[in-house]
Amino acid sequence: MLEIGLNHYLVLAAIIFCAGVFSMVSKRNAIGVLIGVELVLNAVNINFVAFGKYSGGNTSIDAQVIALFVIVLAAAEAAVAVAICTNYYRNLNTIDIDRGDAVSG
Amino acid sequence: MGANGETVTVLKPQLKLILAAVIACMAMTAAPRVAMASGGGGLDEGGFVSDVLGGSHPLFEAVGFYLFGGLAAFSAIAICFTKDVVRMAIWLFATLGAVAILYFLLTAYFLGVIQIIVYAGGTLVLLIFGVMLTTKSPSMQFAVSKIGLAAGGVVSLLLFAALMGLVLGTDWQRGEPTGSIPVATLGRDLLTTYLVPFEVISVLLLVVMIGAAYLARQERE
Amino acid sequence: MTQFSTPWVERNKPNLSAIEKLMVGVAMSVAGLAAPILRRFPAAIFFGAVAGGVVGIYLVALLSEAFLGEYHLLRDILAVTGVSLFAAHIPLFAIWWERKVAARIQSRMGPMRVGGWHGWAQSMADGIKLIAKEDLVPAAADAALFRLAPYVTLIPVVIAFLTLPFGAHWIFRNMDVGLLVIVAMLGVEVVGVIMAGWGSNSKWTVYGAMREACQMVSYEIPMGISLLLPVLTIGSLNLVQIGDAQAGGWHTWLAFQSPFMFVAAVAYYITSLASCKRAPFDLPESESELVAGFLTEYSGIRWSLFFFAEYVAMYIVAALAVVLFFGGWSSPISPEWIPDWMGRFLFADNAAARAAQGLILGGPIWMVVKSFFLVFVQMWVRWTLPRIRIDQVLYSCIQVLLPLMLVLLIGQTLWVLWVPEDSLLAMVTRIALSSFTGLAGLGACWIIFKARLKKRALVGVLAVEQLPGA
Repeated sequence: MLEIGLNHYLVLAAIIFCAGVFSMVSKRNAIGVLIGVELVLNAVNINFVAFGKYSGGNTSIDAQVIALFVIVLAAAEAAVAVAICTNYYRNLNTIDIDRGDAVSG
Repeated sequence: MGANGETVTVLKPQLKLILAAVIACMAMTAAPRVAMASGGGGLDEGGFVSDVLGGSHPLFEAVGFYLFGGLAAFSAIAICFTKDVVRMAIWLFATLGAVAILYFLLTAYFLGVIQIIVYAGGTLVLLIFGVMLTTKSPSMQFAVSKIGLAAGGVVSLLLFAALMGLVLGTDWQRGEPTGSIPVATLGRDLLTTYLVPFEVISVLLLVVMIGAAYLARQERE
Repeated sequence: MTQFSTPWVERNKPNLSAIEKLMVGVAMSVAGLAAPILRRFPAAIFFGAVAGGVVGIYLVALLSEAFLGEYHLLRDILAVTGVSLFAAHIPLFAIWWERKVAARIQSRMGPMRVGGWHGWAQSMADGIKLIAKEDLVPAAADAALFRLAPYVTLIPVVIAFLTLPFGAHWIFRNMDVGLLVIVAMLGVEVVGVIMAGWGSNSKWTVYGAMREACQMVSYEIPMGISLLLPVLTIGSLNLVQIGDAQAGGWHTWLAFQSPFMFVAAVAYYITSLASCKRAPFDLPESESELVAGFLTEYSGIRWSLFFFAEYVAMYIVAALAVVLFFGGWSSPISPEWIPDWMGRFLFADNAAARAAQGLILGGPIWMVVKSFFLVFVQMWVRWTLPRIRIDQVLYSCIQVLLPLMLVLLIGQTLWVLWVPEDSLLAMVTRIALSSFTGLAGLGACWIIFKARLKKRALVGVLAVEQLPGA
């Protein structure tokens, strides 16, 4: 129990991942959904770094570089998503994603 | 006790506040110690742990993991049950910070710092900014139907069960845990081995910048 | 008997827990003992504490070197304590100093009474007043965010001291990502401000928070690029390595290495003003338009925690400028310029020689003095320049600073690539820039001393007879 190993990190990442999935499914506020996505990405990153550290060899660098790319992509995704949200709000006067079908043809 | 009692009446909330401040200060000085405990950062000479305990002591790593891993998991779950969007963002802030400290424990120092700069300092601020732009009143909330919540809960619990089965049931191939990687190595690899993805990401960022500016611009009549 | 009703709600009698009783008892007895002594010899105690602190720091350093060579446990504890104490004393000193600077610029005298000499105890008196004020949380506020926000603002800026060097060996953790840790912590501070603004749930605070958010997010980009210039010149993110590279005297300071670095130093300073919300970029709390911006609903000790954070952040950005551009902890004197007869004494291996080296060649004292000079310039700018509008803030970031920084980054990259350090061009640039700065500094000193000698003070464009109380 005291010896921290790969499994500890994987379990933690699973918890965060599922919390993120639940947030994505259950929130009606578009920003809330976005927060869920960020949680999922973080969980994935923890997995990458933990695997990298505990697999030995040169994988640690690979893992950190991939995690770095994920962070950059998450920032890019958030920027576009927030832009979409403001546009959505300007058109529909709400941020509720259940009203999203109003934009279809 | 007369005069003292009066003073104390006035100061009562302050006492708690001062106590909280003292605890916060202690936590603040302790947190980095635990975070650094797993071997210092690359060039740490004369650090406590690396000299006295000979590298990363399992106890320090365990304390750090359970403290900050617990914080990350708790605040991630708290996000699910929070209705107010800004509070959700603050819980996300706690998760991101705790995950950054977990990266420190995993000796990925550069990644931990980048996590704080990009996520906590940039993305999170952007999210809160988005909330401010799209909210009519701070107390605005959308009610979610019971069925929706139940379905989401079942789906994510099933997913969790599946993941746990996978994690605990697999015999992961192990190697010797690697130490920290110098930033210089990481930087050199980014510009040699990973040059193509690096450039693709740069182009993507440019596209995102233009795209976001296009999407968010105000229509002028 | 008539029942009288008061128009306010009566507070309940305090139910003190044991630990609170202990705190009250300790505070009362300390106050009872210390107050009469403090009243009798204020100046002696103040200067004694300063001198004792300096002596104590040197003693501790020597002792831990002598007895605890391999166990650095004591070093860690002392470092944490010392850094916390130092961080706690920056605002105490800087707030009093800022009031004096502001007063001088406006031909006033500022605080003069509390404590004796030029009102040195003013900040402490203010602090006691602020602690004694009622702890108010507005009814409409989001109480949890409102209470949490001061800590989220204060804690990151104190954590930034984790990797902030005071000297080549005077650093808590010497990490190879030291610079990034400080930048990260400065970036996190903004979240606390946004929490405060949103949690207060008032028009003014939300406007303040939004201004802070867009100001910080945009100014982080030119600030980050300006930090990249010294990093790519030295080839390291480690602040100790960057500082050590500038130990060869005045002309080796990084700001004087190329014209690009010189401009970048100034540009970094401007962006650092924006990043710690100082005038002319104090839009988030602009008191003439937004009441007090994000601070409107705060009072008492929570309000003062924000000010602690602001002044500590001011010191940190100034210290970062010193390490990255202005020679870090080294003095303007190069070790090569020390004549032989002096060197025999100075480079000897004893405590006195080491202390003398600290004074003459560089050490924590130089670092602190230089940083506080840059903090002084921040105050000077604040009380001289008017606040700019929010559109001007964003214009100056996106359309002026950002393109400028990109040009500087490319220019410095090419400079490092094409101009070797010992080439004629590099040498001429170094000497020209450093002597230009030195002459400007000396000229300013000359004007000040001349005015002082003639008992005249410069106020704006006028030279007037001596100010009252000078």
